[in-house]
Amino acid sequence: MNKNSLGSPDGWLDEHGAALYKYALMHTRDAHRAEEAVQETLLAALQARDRYEGGASARTWLIGILKHKIMDMFRRHAREVQLDDPEMLESADEGQAGEIFSLSGSWRDKPSDWGNPEELLARDEFMAILQRCLDALPQKWSRLFMLREVMEEDTEDICQELAITPTNLWTMLYRARLGLRRCLDRNWVGNAARG
Amino acid sequence: MLTCKDASHLISEGQERKLGFRERMGLKFHLLMCVYCRRFEQQIAFVRKALRELGRRAEADTEGAELSPEARDRIRKAIAERNERK
Repeated sequence: MNKNSLGSPDGWLDEHGAALYKYALMHTRDAHRAEEAVQETLLAALQARDRYEGGASARTWLIGILKHKIMDMFRRHAREVQLDDPEMLESADEGQAGEIFSLSGSWRDKPSDWGNPEELLARDEFMAILQRCLDALPQKWSRLFMLREVMEEDTEDICQELAITPTNLWTMLYRARLGLRRCLDRNWVGNAARG
Repeated sequence: MLTCKDASHLISEGQERKLGFRERMGLKFHLLMCVYCRRFEQQIAFVRKALRELGRRAEADTEGAELSPEARDRIRKAIAERNERK
């Protein structure tokens, strides 16, 4: 099998910079952070280049490092949020759970009939509402959501990177799903049914 | 007997791990009788699809995005510096 080559570090930026930046921008949604992630990735690659074995293409290898860097930033950010407001997650959940389920555990906020929603995926208005609903979630949940549902990261990898337990992760994803579903129910389906 | 709250937990966790036999049976039984939890299950699956579509669109949005010349300079310098120290 042919070994891939990393090329010289001087060329990395020209050859892969644009691709790394696009990837980082998509996941951080912030130009400044995306630039920072690209820089950290290339510096880390420089240090780790002796360990590159040529199995994956240079691009794939670099994207792998970038993913770690993005998760890292996310983890640091999650810690800052926690320091700022340790109660936030707990209280948000209690309020939410009380509104969604009765004390006996049945639906208070009953899911309405969405019909066949597949066609919504092609509609810009719906996608805009989805984005707004996602942005309305606590940032920690929405980031996790993106990692899991969009980047399709393994549960195990996410837990390891973020130093949380699987139970922790499931709980946060559960809350994120409840919140997002409910937001869509109210802002899209509810309006569509009324309108 | 599962409550709707229990069922919603299992439905969500079912996206993350393989549920145990008892959990699956309990959930199945609950879903047979509960239209709201059936909707919840479908909607959660749909939300996953919709988020992936959102990701695809975000990817398309970054199509023309480029590192600014300033950022490139900064990064190039940082690499050169680190490379020298090595």
